Amino acid sequence: MQHQNSFDGRPTVPLGRALKGFRGEIARIAADTTVSSLSADEIERRLIELGFVEGAEVQILHEGLFGHDPIAVRVNGATVALRRREAMAILAY
Amino acid sequence: MNDQSEVGSARFALVGVPNCGKTALFNQMTGSRQKVGNYAGVTVERKVGTARTPAGCKVDVVDLPGTYSLRARSPDEEVTRDVIMGRRAGEAAPDLLICVADATNMRAALRLVLELKQVGRPMLLVLNMIDIARWRGIEIDTDALEAALGLPVVTATAVRKAGMEALWARLDALLAAGIAAPAPSVWAEPSAHDLRTAQREADRMVARAVRHPARPDTVTARIDSVLLHPVAGILCLLGLLFIMFQAVFTWAQPPMDLISAGFDALGTLVRDVVPDGLVQSFLVDGVISGVGSVLVFLPQILILFLFILLLEDLGYMARAAFLMDRIMGGAGLHGRAFIPLLSSFACAIPGIMAARVIDNRRDRLTTILVAPLMTCSARIPVYTLIIGAFIPARTVAGVLSLQGLVMFGLYAAGIVSALAVSAAAKFLFWRRDPTPPFMLDLPDYKLPQAKSILIGLWTRAYMFLKRAGTTIFSMTVLIWLLATFPLPPANATDPAITYSFAAMLGNLIHPLLAPVGFNWQISVALIPGMAAREVAVAALGTVYALQGGGDQAVGLALAHSWSLATALAFLAWYIFAPQCASTLAVIRREAGGAKWMWITFGYMLALAYVAAFVTYHIAVMFGAG
Repeated sequence: MQHQNSFDGRPTVPLGRALKGFRGEIARIAADTTVSSLSADEIERRLIELGFVEGAEVQILHEGLFGHDPIAVRVNGATVALRRREAMAILAY
Repeated sequence: MNDQSEVGSARFALVGVPNCGKTALFNQMTGSRQKVGNYAGVTVERKVGTARTPAGCKVDVVDLPGTYSLRARSPDEEVTRDVIMGRRAGEAAPDLLICVADATNMRAALRLVLELKQVGRPMLLVLNMIDIARWRGIEIDTDALEAALGLPVVTATAVRKAGMEALWARLDALLAAGIAAPAPSVWAEPSAHDLRTAQREADRMVARAVRHPARPDTVTARIDSVLLHPVAGILCLLGLLFIMFQAVFTWAQPPMDLISAGFDALGTLVRDVVPDGLVQSFLVDGVISGVGSVLVFLPQILILFLFILLLEDLGYMARAAFLMDRIMGGAGLHGRAFIPLLSSFACAIPGIMAARVIDNRRDRLTTILVAPLMTCSARIPVYTLIIGAFIPARTVAGVLSLQGLVMFGLYAAGIVSALAVSAAAKFLFWRRDPTPPFMLDLPDYKLPQAKSILIGLWTRAYMFLKRAGTTIFSMTVLIWLLATFPLPPANATDPAITYSFAAMLGNLIHPLLAPVGFNWQISVALIPGMAAREVAVAALGTVYALQGGGDQAVGLALAHSWSLATALAFLAWYIFAPQCASTLAVIRREAGGAKWMWITFGYMLALAYVAAFVTYHIAVMFGAG
């Protein structure tokens, strides 16, 4: 699969690389098997269950001390903590 | 209506995403008839209670662990799935699913409702915490939701009795009309596509039925800007833990003195009333001094639980997991393991059960195996006794009590060793496995409800008192018997206990424990102490009270007959020793095999022996022998 850095012609950034204070909208979920012990499909399902669906507004509220990891993300009215590694699967603009 | 309750009760199951207030609803519905679970906080096991509706129907209510989906990713979610699908052996499927949603944020809950509809069981949706939603200016059109979902929808405030009226009225109406028969289940494990479609549909419903205020509530965000700050947040967490342990040591002192004085007075009274002899010795040296020496620690245990319950109800636990994720990750633990491990400060048993929320088996096993290293409340009696007897009650730097500092050090030793053991386990067994993900909902802060805190404290106090009345009491009696018989010969010159079975047993295992600096009295106390840690205090009390014949405080007796090196070695032993039969039994159940229980027992015993050995010999080297 080609590297995705744009969607519908707009540039996207993986949430896992975004800085604290980033605000945006989710373009798509693109889980990659290399990131975790879980299958890409399972990562995708879990992210959706926590509210990360296309079109949802996201904002990075907080980050951890070491390596700016994990991050706390505001997504459509809820706050979710996750590691940057899994957040790489969330592409936003 | 009346024949309904005679024919047989309907069965309701409470289901919803984690942290939406199912257990609060359960407690309010079942009232005093609840069968309270053994852990206030994360529900990891189903709980059943009975309730009577205002119209007089008797119903069973089942409280289930929270879940985002019926996919059952972890053991607690399997419980929920099996109950809902009627797969649990010997348990009928519920007649009605009461779906609970947090009214302030129901996106995930509505998606779950859409998934649950496929199971075909009759359902009702409760929008819980409606008071908070209204206070924040969130307006919900329940009629629109009812129409969109095709389900009855009611609002409720589970933490208040008055907040339950609408729900009860609806349930009574349903029972009077007769609950519909279930439709056949068409549930299949949802794919990412199904979840996405369902979430979009749920979001459309929220958009139509819910009006958010123009200015959203920012209290949680403002608190989090400090508590989740990379540096300030971690300092706050450490400060909080430190205050917690200082409080355990200092606040508890007055009530402890009171309890201790009460038992002393009782002992004196019995001594006056009952004539000298075996009966008096049994009552005073066996029962009163044995049980009393353990009961005196109730205030400390309650203070510890008070902190943990407050943090849980506030919503801080998930934040602590967030702050600790990287630190825990470095030791091969999951960030989520922080919650079970923090609960283990109170007692390893609920801590080990709370590990069910960790879906990855490897992470769950590591958490279970190291949870008993966290300093549980049963160690407090032992630590307090030894610290009180050997560490001077001075202040350091003007404000900190030296005894509190030593206590903090013992807790720190437990934490560090737990991290070290899990890091070693990761390095030895799981080096190549990729790390499982960490994803956790951070709930909005809520003010703790006094009632739920009091219920939690009462549950813990009751369990402790029950233990004192059963395990600890029977062990105390056993020790008294061992320490009293056979009676010394008439012309005995040594204290009576040196002729007893206890002395024989102690002398038998003493050679094994002599290298770590333990005398035969400690060896005797450790035998019943294998069943429960705090029993060792009672055992030492009995052994020393009998030996001298007097009723001097146990601490004084220890300060007289132990060297500082022995005392320190004893503390080091207690950081690690696997002295709790109930914990080992829970490990066998939760880890799924006796193998893990024996591994835990073996590694902890080995660590205890080595730690006590090293401590003793270093202390002797420094002249504390």
